[in-house]
Amino acid sequence: MEGILEFIYTYKQEIFLVILSVFLGIEVISNVPAILHTPLMSGANAIHGVVIIGAIIVMGHAEGSLAMVFGFLAVFLGTLNVVGGFVVTDRMLDMFKKKPAAKK
Amino acid sequence: MSFIGTYILEISYIIASVLFILGLKMLSHPVTARRGNLLAAFGMTFAIIATILWHRHNGTRIHNVGYIIAAIAAGLVVGWLIAVKVKMTAMPQLVSFFNGMGGACAALISLMEFPCLGGETHLANMLHGEVLAIIVAMVIGSVSFTGSMIAFGKLDGRIHDWKSPVVRIINIIFLVVIVALAIFVMSRGQVDPRSEMIWMYLLLGIALVYGIFFVMPIGGADMPVVISLLNSFTGVAAAMGGFLYDNQAMLTGGILVGSAGTILTVLMCKAMNRSLGNVILGAFGGSSGSAENDVDGHIKEITLSDASVLLNYSQKVVIIPGYGLAAAQAQHICSELDEMLTNRGVDVKYAIHPVAGRMPGHMNVLLAEADVPYEKLVEMENINPAMPNVDVAVVIGANDVVNPAALDDPCSPIYGMPIINAHEAKNIIVMKRGMGKGYAAIENNLFYHDKTRMLFGNAKDTLQSLVGEIKNL
Repeated sequence: MEGILEFIYTYKQEIFLVILSVFLGIEVISNVPAILHTPLMSGANAIHGVVIIGAIIVMGHAEGSLAMVFGFLAVFLGTLNVVGGFVVTDRMLDMFKKKPAAKK
Repeated sequence: MSFIGTYILEISYIIASVLFILGLKMLSHPVTARRGNLLAAFGMTFAIIATILWHRHNGTRIHNVGYIIAAIAAGLVVGWLIAVKVKMTAMPQLVSFFNGMGGACAALISLMEFPCLGGETHLANMLHGEVLAIIVAMVIGSVSFTGSMIAFGKLDGRIHDWKSPVVRIINIIFLVVIVALAIFVMSRGQVDPRSEMIWMYLLLGIALVYGIFFVMPIGGADMPVVISLLNSFTGVAAAMGGFLYDNQAMLTGGILVGSAGTILTVLMCKAMNRSLGNVILGAFGGSSGSAENDVDGHIKEITLSDASVLLNYSQKVVIIPGYGLAAAQAQHICSELDEMLTNRGVDVKYAIHPVAGRMPGHMNVLLAEADVPYEKLVEMENINPAMPNVDVAVVIGANDVVNPAALDDPCSPIYGMPIINAHEAKNIIVMKRGMGKGYAAIENNLFYHDKTRMLFGNAKDTLQSLVGEIKNL
């Protein structure tokens, strides 16, 4: 029990941030037209690629060949997530954009 | 210098977080969506560069910078190539694939960070927030990774559903074992984390297998929901990394995606009038005992020339596209048909069901790619009231979204799902590859309706011939 309380106390700022972010996420997403669901999911997919920062940090203090291989892989996969996510989203949105401008 | 660097790093994380939030906000409006995406991408680039330049681990700079940059460069090239080369119809798979990569990345971080706990003393208390964050990130990341790969395979048609009541029990057992193992690791007390790696690998293995079993029984039609859910999972895994490193950018970015992804998942379920639990437990195919309801009437075919005459002399035509259209790569020829009819004074509109295609909004993307004007796409709620005045409803490769059973058959597994009221149109032409059932494997009464005429064949070939016929009229 004390462990849990101590945990909450130690991470109070983070917990605060988590709670606020949860509400922010809900707020930001509601009222999205159905047409944007797919691009939005893809965009969100790219944003959680932020995990790459963790990969860089862990690779930054990696020692030993196994850790190096894992770290390299982690950074590589994280980059795939970021780059792929943003490029795909942009490609999708690009298609929406041209249309009204070109035809109107 | 290093002090200033730390300040800059923290400030850059704040900026990155703000850009993520703004980006996501802008992504939810059609006009600003593209800029929002670029903004978020800019924030990400900024955060990555700042981390490489100014992150300090116990006061020392980041090592292995060469390898890090090499890995980023490799990921950049590969990711870019994949993202640019893949066809628009394969977009949902692609999102799933990239999502899996993020999950794997999170799991790898945990696997590497765990033995480093305790620093130089190599002694760490297992009952600690850091251990919890590491375990949660690893388990969720792994489930997200294998789950996404299975979802990718299903959407790509490589993996088929595997439904069995046993799977549900196996999944519960997996879940219990994972939680038990996590509790076990955390209750080990003051130990050398390196000697605990065996348990971590075991946990990793079980989580990876669980990911497979988690997605395996879920029907292919529900994959978008699953991808969206796994997407938010990866977000949570990324946020755990934020806990671990006290990194605000990871925390906000991850949780933002976690909560936004969950809401998106719920919205998608709502569009199909199903609950999330229903999707995950896979009640769709399993309980279709009522599916063999009596189908009266029989299939009537229409010839191409009749169809072309019918379309040519109609006033209002509504095209109802489904995934079959996209699968046959027929969206371009469909837009050609539309253009030709429009030039002859026919009012052509597209009725878009919220879950047409493989993902909500997927059909809009595909039709936009084929140069169909934006204003011709009408959403379901807006087209339904006008349906009785429509001369011809052309259903191309869609099935479940026009199945009247959703309205009047309480036994049907899709009962209650909003549909496009194609059956109210004066005439209905259904283009279909064969008499196979739709993705949900439910009989569709619309095909047996008095007003319905069938045009069998590959959507692309059929449309091509139809365009040819109309040209000659």
